[in-house]
Amino acid sequence: MNVLTDTAAVQNSGARQPLIAFDQVYKIYGHGESEVRALDGVSFQIFPGEFVAVMGPSGSGKSTTMNILGCLDTPTAGHYYFKGQDVGSLSRDGRALLRRHDLGFVFQGFNLLARTTALENLELPLIYRRIEAHERHRLAREALKLVGLDGREDHTPAELSGGQQQRVAIARAIVTKPSLLLADEPTGNLDSARSHEIMELLTRFNREHGLTIVLVTHEDDIAAFANRRIDFRDGKIVRETRKGA
Amino acid sequence: MFANTLLMSVREIRRNLMRSGLTVLGIIIGVAAVIIIVTLGAGTTRQVQDEIGKMGSNMITLSPGGAMRMGGAASSAAAFDMADVLAIRRDIPNMQAVAPVSLRRFQAVYGNVNRRPQVMGTESDFSVVRNWKVVEGRLFNAAEQRFGRMVCIIGSTVRNEMFPSADPLGATMRIGKATCEVIGVLESKGQAMFGGDQDDIVVVPLRAFQRRLSGANRIDQVYISAVSEDAIPAVKADLDVLMRDRRKIAEGAQPDFDVRDMAEASTMMQNTTGVLTTFLSAIAAVSLLVGGIGIMNIMLVSVTERTREIGIRLAIGALEKEVMLQFLVEAAMLSAFGGLVGITLGLLGALAIAPVINVPFVWQPATVINAFAFSAAVGVVFGFMPARRAARLDPIDALRHE
Ligand SMILES: Nc1ncnc2c1ncn2[C@@H]1O[C@H](COP(=O)(O)OP(=O)(O)O)[C@@H](O)[C@H]1O
Ligand SMILES: [Mg+2]
Repeated sequence: MNVLTDTAAVQNSGARQPLIAFDQVYKIYGHGESEVRALDGVSFQIFPGEFVAVMGPSGSGKSTTMNILGCLDTPTAGHYYFKGQDVGSLSRDGRALLRRHDLGFVFQGFNLLARTTALENLELPLIYRRIEAHERHRLAREALKLVGLDGREDHTPAELSGGQQQRVAIARAIVTKPSLLLADEPTGNLDSARSHEIMELLTRFNREHGLTIVLVTHEDDIAAFANRRIDFRDGKIVRETRKGA
Repeated sequence: MFANTLLMSVREIRRNLMRSGLTVLGIIIGVAAVIIIVTLGAGTTRQVQDEIGKMGSNMITLSPGGAMRMGGAASSAAAFDMADVLAIRRDIPNMQAVAPVSLRRFQAVYGNVNRRPQVMGTESDFSVVRNWKVVEGRLFNAAEQRFGRMVCIIGSTVRNEMFPSADPLGATMRIGKATCEVIGVLESKGQAMFGGDQDDIVVVPLRAFQRRLSGANRIDQVYISAVSEDAIPAVKADLDVLMRDRRKIAEGAQPDFDVRDMAEASTMMQNTTGVLTTFLSAIAAVSLLVGGIGIMNIMLVSVTERTREIGIRLAIGALEKEVMLQFLVEAAMLSAFGGLVGITLGLLGALAIAPVINVPFVWQPATVINAFAFSAAVGVVFGFMPARRAARLDPIDALRHE
């Protein structure tokens, strides 16, 4: 673990471009009396290969941060740079293309297509990437194997346990080989044994494939898998900690 | 891109067969209704044409009643009499044959068989004018016509029903209160328009009809055959002048009789069936429209139901136009499929109904192609609004949707 932290620290201190940069990001809902500052001037940078846990009490702005990171939402003020590009200046389609090519999502509720086999669920992002059928099937099978679900290609979500569904969701997120994986409480619906399996899987992707991961969680033992931790409260970052630092 | 959209559409349709089935039901019913009506309408038109083709060539009919009325019998205008017929024979050139006709149903009895056929009093010329051929026996001779002897020529229905095994020629049957000897059998004319049987007929000399059966001298209609098609207008004009003179109707005044040729009769009948077909088609088109609205309705509901799916697609990186295209393709595929099923059911339905209502089954490729194209178009048009709604969903809201 320490070795890994050290590399991240080296990358961090070097002249390398951050993958993600939040620069005084605000997200404000409503006006006047009912104004809610979901994000209240947040700045941070994440470098390639990092595994970041975002923590904080409910309503502190974690999901809002993830939505902006995921290009599903845009800041009310401030800038979000992804690979140096200001996402706020992109059109809706531009952000969709960014998601398609660079991002992978894992949700608390799995969000798999019901009555659709694991293989077809995995094909979906590849179809939007215009990857032809043969290659698509190969990549989908490979990804299922990586999450330990080979042999379950033809199972629909209803035929899989919660842990297995989340593995399919992770496989779907990584099948396109994204530069950033975003996971909003991915273990929120799983028991602790299942949660640790999922976290081990994510840690493996981070270490072996250099996948950058940003993960939201409530739980310290889950956050412990990451090598950097950002704590939110009331839309502000209240603490940043680095493993081994 | 399009192949991928097709693939995703097929997968979505397959994912919820129940919903897909309900979506297409309206289209199936609408298209089937249109196909049945248009096919039977075409059959009726074909039948009218055939029927008119079977009638005597160059035939002109003279019936009582004003120009605005259709039939002769129901008219309050005075019928004709023999003097009219004689005058026509004497004064009008370019005629081939003239056949005065009186019609009424009478009871007919032979052995223990009882029927009530149409009985027609006329003269041998009817065979020329109406193009009715005698296949067994003979027509009336001059003496029989002049003295009104009760001899009769029977239609094929009467022959088959009343003389199933016996030879009808020379047999004596009772008609009304009189008895008559069968001297001939008419060629079958087949089923008539709207189910009437033209072969359920007994033809007797006009004079016999008047004296022995109806007891009246009236003549219901006069059939006239012009020497050629070109002569028809002249004969009609002459008839008009003659009849106005005989019935004391001033030139320009509304006559109380009708002079028609078959071209007119043909247009008139085709107009009637045409109006009917148009009317029914309009009803069918409305049902197709309702089917389209049904598609829109169910697709709108399905957009709500599929909010999460749409959210997933958008999060994964689907463009607005890709989601839109997928929904449109789904709608078009469903409605085109509904169209195909509707066409099949409609043709089968028409095939089943046609013999029941005595109309030929006329298959029209153009109608089928139009119905198919229209149903696919209905899907696209009515699928547009739901598709746009789906494409414009906010991915965050859509993913949060329960
Ligand atoms: N669409 C929205 N409209 C209004 N307020 C919102 C909306 N989304 C989030 N909020 C508010 O912003 C704050 C932060 O929310 P969120 O980022 O979801 O918190 P967390 O994920 O940390 O629990 C909360 O007070 C929440 O009520
Ligand atoms: Mg949250």
